[in-house]
Amino acid sequence: MTQPKAISLISGGLDSMLATKVVMDQGVHVEGINFFTGFCVEGHTHAIRKRDQKKEKRNNALWCAEQLGIKLHIVDVIDEYKDVLLNPKHGYGANLNPCQDCKTFMIRKALEWIEKNGFDFIITGEVVGQRPMSQRKDLMPVIAHESGAGERLLRPLSAINLPETLPEREGWVRHDELLGFNGRNRKPQMALAAQYGFTDYATPAGGCCFLTDEKYSKKVVDMWEHRSSRDYELDDIMLLKVGRHIRPRPNFKMIIGREEGENKFMEGYRRQFISLHTTSHNGPLVLLDGKDISTDDVELASRIAARFGQGRSADSVTVQAVWPEGETRDFAVSPMPVHEIDESWYV
Amino acid sequence: MSQHKLDARRILCPLPVIRTQDKAATLKAGDQLTVTCTDPGALNDIPAWCRINGHKVIHTEQQGDEVIITLEVGDA
Repeated sequence: MTQPKAISLISGGLDSMLATKVVMDQGVHVEGINFFTGFCVEGHTHAIRKRDQKKEKRNNALWCAEQLGIKLHIVDVIDEYKDVLLNPKHGYGANLNPCQDCKTFMIRKALEWIEKNGFDFIITGEVVGQRPMSQRKDLMPVIAHESGAGERLLRPLSAINLPETLPEREGWVRHDELLGFNGRNRKPQMALAAQYGFTDYATPAGGCCFLTDEKYSKKVVDMWEHRSSRDYELDDIMLLKVGRHIRPRPNFKMIIGREEGENKFMEGYRRQFISLHTTSHNGPLVLLDGKDISTDDVELASRIAARFGQGRSADSVTVQAVWPEGETRDFAVSPMPVHEIDESWYV
Repeated sequence: MSQHKLDARRILCPLPVIRTQDKAATLKAGDQLTVTCTDPGALNDIPAWCRINGHKVIHTEQQGDEVIITLEVGDA
């Protein structure tokens, strides 16, 4: 018999790592696959923010693959993912997280990959009952069906609790050597990790997706509400991860760098947005994102920008505005007093 | 063996790895690819990606805010 081949969805967390190892130990050739939606928490803000630059920067999915000794294929699904986020068949979770549709989408993409590459089945680290939206026992068959993977989807950590799949029936894996994990208790996973000698693994408290984050989701909703369509580009979702966002008027918002790393990152966007920086004092870089931004808007933004620089107590601060086409104009403004910055302006 | 370049500046992890992966897939074993990045995380991620996928890192260096990584495409 030829060695069966499986692709494993590697998130970078412990469960997918364990699920992969369980199947590898049964003699199956396993490779990893990781999908980049644009909303993955993985490293982005750490890479941007100066204060985080001393932290070790590792991509957990790559790191897991290396620990397991398997290849990892990272797939850019940014464009395709828009439909998942904008039109989730099963709705959103507590924030803008379309978890069930997201899981279905990723398994469907993994199915396309195995069909193209001659692999036999798909592995995920899902555990029955572990997550309220995407890992409920009643939803697992729905996800398997809607993704098209059906019986080619094996969840090794909970397989004992689930209907038999093709890899089990074909004898590619031994059913009685799979596991019956159930619920939110992480102790079984931690015990198995210890058994395998995995002592260092990622434990992201808020999950691995920005869409589960309340503040981030509010920024996305704000963006959609103030544009003519519910759409986005990669630059939009990247900039939502950076800076303070203040919307003093409906037609524009300010993105205010919070520290040197963010300012430097935002520099790259100065040809796309009107940018502000104080020339009389040290201060943040500010981008104005909006439409029909008038001189009056820029002056208002300059007063707010001055508030966030070292000239905040000065009578007058000079703010230079630079338009994307290169036109510049200086505004001598009095920094806006903190009590005039309405709380509701903060996005 | 031929030399190739990839500009992966102003994109953040894991996009430099994805671009490197996709470019390497079009090259032959033994070809060399020099990738220029501005995300310092690439200095860890691209070598890690090379190790697990059978490619060889020939040279890495930092020039100011840029990270430059040269790799040799493997047989995989």
